Amino acid sequence: MTATTIIGGVVVGFGTIFLFLGGLGILRLPDVYNRLQAGTKCTTLGAVCTIVGVGIIEPGWLCKAVVVALFILLTNPISAHALARASYKSAVPLCEGTVVDKYREFGECEEAGSTAETADATAGSEP
Amino acid sequence: MKSLSRYLATAVLLFFLWLLLTSTTGTQEVVAGAVFALLVALLGYKGFSARGLRMLSPRRLAHLLIYLPIFFWQMLKANFDVAYRVVHPRMPIRPGIVAIKTDLKTDIGKLFLANSITLTPGTLTVEVRGEYLFIHWINVKAEDVEQASELVGGRFEKHVKAICE
Repeated sequence: MTATTIIGGVVVGFGTIFLFLGGLGILRLPDVYNRLQAGTKCTTLGAVCTIVGVGIIEPGWLCKAVVVALFILLTNPISAHALARASYKSAVPLCEGTVVDKYREFGECEEAGSTAETADATAGSEP
Repeated sequence: MKSLSRYLATAVLLFFLWLLLTSTTGTQEVVAGAVFALLVALLGYKGFSARGLRMLSPRRLAHLLIYLPIFFWQMLKANFDVAYRVVHPRMPIRPGIVAIKTDLKTDIGKLFLANSITLTPGTLTVEVRGEYLFIHWINVKAEDVEQASELVGGRFEKHVKAICE
């Protein structure tokens, strides 16, 4: 048991806890956008911590681990953005209790030919 | 001249990636990496960097190094935030989609800002259109465009501006 093994193990454990919490969030949260929030953030940090932790345990792999972690860090938010946008475009409803939907107001304004800045009505719960 | 600069920027980035991936300093690997970086850059440089070698100036790289710890701290906070909301029995969420306005002009700057917003507490970029970003916010604190811009994007925008523009 060297110091690097212990530190790496702690980092891997930290990452797996967040991966678990991300999974729990996907089960518990009410609609697709909230689930994406939990999914994206927790899986990104979880995966990055797990991979870098493995790199710390085996210092020979650290460079490759950092490259993989950077790749995940750059691509994960883009995939979440694509999923959220695709769900919105295919009219997946926002959950009950949603307080504001500026994007719908913006779309209506665009059809009416004015700009988003004039939109000030509060939105309902469905897009 | 412009396309030469873009070509060189692509080749330098590819070569750096090769060095990280092989993680050796043997002469043969480095030479092979340089040759392949130059060849692959020839195939892909047109779609790559709109600003060429200016993206690799030391000032920008220094800003990037300053920005990384700030970003990681926000990401850590985001995760504890999500964990709190998920584990709490009543789930204190107040979701909504707000619009924010950004001063960033370049596409790469907007991409950088949108990615940062997605990975930080309670926010997820749904759509980027022109100078507006539409953000799904898990706990809406301000519905107004100006206030929301300050709360969501304000902490990153000046860093992103220094790095990308």
